[in-house]
Amino acid sequence: MINPTEYLPKTYRVRMSTYWWLARWPYLKFILREGSSVFVAWAAVITLLAIRALQRGPAAYAQFEAWLRTPVLLTINGISFFFVLFHAVTWFNLAPKAMVIRLGKKRLPNAVVSAPNYVAWLIISAALTWVLLRG
Amino acid sequence: MSKRSNEPLLWLLFSAGGVVAALLLPIHLLLFGLAFPLGWLKGPSYESLLALVRHPITRIYLLVLCSLPLFHWAHRFRFTLYDGLQIKHLNELINVFCYGGAVFGTCVAAYLLLRVR
Repeated sequence: MINPTEYLPKTYRVRMSTYWWLARWPYLKFILREGSSVFVAWAAVITLLAIRALQRGPAAYAQFEAWLRTPVLLTINGISFFFVLFHAVTWFNLAPKAMVIRLGKKRLPNAVVSAPNYVAWLIISAALTWVLLRG
Repeated sequence: MSKRSNEPLLWLLFSAGGVVAALLLPIHLLLFGLAFPLGWLKGPSYESLLALVRHPITRIYLLVLCSLPLFHWAHRFRFTLYDGLQIKHLNELINVFCYGGAVFGTCVAAYLLLRVR
């Protein structure tokens, strides 16, 4: 006799759609946050390209600057900027979840734990802008 | 003895890359990707930028700026492919592509930064 269930999986499994993350906003937000890593990588790549152009000489660097002015690159960098910003905000807001600080018996509010991140972010951004605009 | 996992090291690189990317990349992208090309602000000249990059501290800074965010991407992207698209069967290929890409990017950065004169 052939056992009809012989080749079936032993445990019950729920089939999940490949597009499960489109079903709800928190799921989509999760995937967008994870997807921001692609734009983070792009920002690193564009920095590498800038260093390469700089190392090759003034003509190569001028060409690189002209490339950055093309509509395609401006669009990519505009979108990338928003994703990198999204990464930064979600990353800073993660701090209170990763690090629970208690004062006495009370838990420090989330905003107090993530605030130093934002302050550091502003100071670093201002300092970098100052260094680059000085010359 | 049980096999040691390299997951903690990869997670550490992911986490460090996340911090670097959050603190430094937005302003870099805003200035070099939008503000300078669109003429909102006048960008630094080639000479002053080169003088900056010649400094050893800037070179170390740029190496970190290029390398760690790539490891952050590698780790996150790998798990996005696992969970989001559920392609677990390509496990090894994805690992090589992600972490290999980050290692390659780091080597390129080190090579370029050593060649700047």
